[in-house]
Amino acid sequence: MKYVDEFREAGVIRKAAEEIRRLADPERQYRFMEVCGGHTHAIYRFGLKDLLPSNIELIHGPGCPVCVLPMGRIDDAVSIARDPNVIFTAFGDMMRVPGRDGSPLEHKARGMDVRTVYSPADTLKLAQKNPDRHVLFFAIGFETTAPSTALTLMRAKSLGLRNFSVFCNHVTIIPAIRAILDSPDMRIDAFIGPGHVSTVIGCRPYEWIAKNERKPIVVSGFEPVDILQAIVMLLRQLKAGEPKVENQYTRVVPWEGNRSALKAMAEVFELRPYFEWRGMGFISQSALRIRSSYAQWNAEERFPVPGVRVTDPKAAQCGEVLKGALKPAQCKLFGKECTPEHPIGALMVSSEGSCAAYYNYEHRKTALTSIGASA
Amino acid sequence: MMSAAPPRIRFRDAQIEMAHGAGGKASRRLVEGLFAPLLFGGCEEPLADAAHVSINGTRVAITTDSFVVKPLRFPGGSIGELAVNGTVNDLAVSGAVAENLVVTYVLEAGLPTEELEAEVRAMAEAAQRAGIAIVGGDTKVVEHGKGDRMYITSTGIGRPIPGLTVAPQSVRPGDVVLLSGPIGDHGITILLARGELDLEADICSDTRSVLPFVQLLVTAAGAGVRWMRDPTRGGVATSLNELARDCGLCVTVFEDRVPVRDVVRGACELLGLDPLHIANEGQFLAVVAPEYVDAALDAVRSTPGGSGCAVVGEIREEPAAVVLGITAYGGTRVIDMLVGDPLPRIC
Amino acid sequence: MCLAIPARVIEEANGGEFSRALVEVMGLRRHIDTGLLQDDPPRTGDWVLVHVGFAMSKISEDQALEQLRTLSQLGEQEAALSEVQGYEDS
Repeated sequence: MKYVDEFREAGVIRKAAEEIRRLADPERQYRFMEVCGGHTHAIYRFGLKDLLPSNIELIHGPGCPVCVLPMGRIDDAVSIARDPNVIFTAFGDMMRVPGRDGSPLEHKARGMDVRTVYSPADTLKLAQKNPDRHVLFFAIGFETTAPSTALTLMRAKSLGLRNFSVFCNHVTIIPAIRAILDSPDMRIDAFIGPGHVSTVIGCRPYEWIAKNERKPIVVSGFEPVDILQAIVMLLRQLKAGEPKVENQYTRVVPWEGNRSALKAMAEVFELRPYFEWRGMGFISQSALRIRSSYAQWNAEERFPVPGVRVTDPKAAQCGEVLKGALKPAQCKLFGKECTPEHPIGALMVSSEGSCAAYYNYEHRKTALTSIGASA
Repeated sequence: MMSAAPPRIRFRDAQIEMAHGAGGKASRRLVEGLFAPLLFGGCEEPLADAAHVSINGTRVAITTDSFVVKPLRFPGGSIGELAVNGTVNDLAVSGAVAENLVVTYVLEAGLPTEELEAEVRAMAEAAQRAGIAIVGGDTKVVEHGKGDRMYITSTGIGRPIPGLTVAPQSVRPGDVVLLSGPIGDHGITILLARGELDLEADICSDTRSVLPFVQLLVTAAGAGVRWMRDPTRGGVATSLNELARDCGLCVTVFEDRVPVRDVVRGACELLGLDPLHIANEGQFLAVVAPEYVDAALDAVRSTPGGSGCAVVGEIREEPAAVVLGITAYGGTRVIDMLVGDPLPRIC
Repeated sequence: MCLAIPARVIEEANGGEFSRALVEVMGLRRHIDTGLLQDDPPRTGDWVLVHVGFAMSKISEDQALEQLRTLSQLGEQEAALSEVQGYEDS
């Protein structure tokens, strides 16, 4: 697969790993945060931690748009979709995420019309094919996905489509990074920056991290070679002592971002004054809502939304894991009450969630007792 | 080596979900936690593809399988074919040659006769190709809206292959894992055939009887064949996890050696799916003692349709009861059993 | 974050408001929306990064090759550096 296989080639990976071992100062402990859930997933899936020296610790950041969504938002969307006229559509990532009354898939089993889509464009087609039904799209994602939702809304307006609306849960990455840096108990040396978000916002929005917070940040791609090279670049920056923003993912990320995409977002969305992030409380200017000029396609305007607020169970430590303050296995519920089959929080069920990644790819690797041993 | 008795699992879910039919963890919990305790009379044997029983001193293998697929017809096959091949394959990997099938059709009122006829013809042709005789059946019709057009169940009976014992308990560290050919073809074909994803590709289901390949394998390496399975719903990952649990050892998978067609790989990358979790209908896994591997590979590869057979892993002691994926550059990850249906993801 | 994969344009965008292109990945074909690349619409043969059915960015072959070249020279750079170091120390 072009532009994929070359960046998974064993020889190049080994070279990058050797360079990391050469650059890492054995007297130092390094704590690098990969902001983006996609990076967390890639790190586990490709077994990259096995290639790093033990003094480099990777901290999982909050960049998982499903994980940071408070549970109540699912119940809000479900309350709209209870109307049998409504078709509830969402990406596959959302389908197993638990709300207070169950996940979308569980509601589907009880008779709700719930459909997985791969693209927001599919939802428009669905609306056109089903003029007597209302298609509701549960939109999630950081700035990577928001432009696609924006364009879709622009298309809906252009078509004058009346039976379509979006329940918008798009969030923005910079406030999340700021919240991490403002957290007194977090000690991060450098950041692996979100590669696909950056195809939209570019690299400038991270400049304050280097200038004001004095932390290096390297915007990274998602193949093993990309992530390892980003770590090489971070180590070099730390050695040189001059933090800056660097772009490792130059084949795809333009420094200035994607003007068309930003324009579409500005046309359709505005920042919410504040939005609740699971485990991190209310963060101002951190999420998008649909502008009044698109009110007709804003589910929150067209339907009564209960505004359900569901607190996570007391024992669940989703917030601390999201911030990277706790490792997944350190949460008291990990692997016991909370597993991918019976998830308490979204981190265990979202493909990008650090708990799911750790549970699925890692946690039994060093198990010395098997399931059968105690029988 | 520790005993391989799996723990007692009690089924606590309040209702049945689609996940319980996906072939993964949820399915296993349902079978082990509800059906087994109530129906299998305290039998402690690990669940297998077919049951080998004695009737008046004669050993007989018996299995049953139900087929629920949408759409009914897809590139490479249809439900009628699946119903024959699936059952023949379950018997084959349990170490038995299928002789006869009986089939049940549950039909939805409103189903056009020509669709039914097409499936019955497909079933007849598949039976002939597989060398088995269908000797009976049953039909029921349910109301329109209650049946998804057609469900088929087939029950197969066959002769255990003499001298062959396949059981997870006979698997040893150092044994080799063989896979008959490329994975993911069937599941991806069905996903694309549903037409919901707006994806086009030249791909078709791999549905076929694996019995001829199993027979070649057994002839060449019989004494060294420890375990076999056909990785249907839940994919190779699920089958190997069942093995790991049942034998208590580590099943290592050499990720770069698992055969996957380009187009299946592309679909999986695009949709965020793992080929190891995708259903197959014409492949089998075998664990073979190391001294028999070359003979086994030669035998299967030498026959049309067997050229894709490859070594994909090996058995180790640790970590116990885990399927561990290893990349060419030494990265490792746990390969877990599927939870529910594979869902395309965007993140 | 988020899953995005490289795909090759086999039929270029028709332009206009609802601009789409046909792309191919390992033999799979899909229509994607190119509305986010209006400033520089992709042509047949171009490679684009696709996320949720939308083209996000064009992929630069030059940058990809440059990156791989840099990485393949990693060991050699180190050797060259130590050699230079050797001259300086002596």
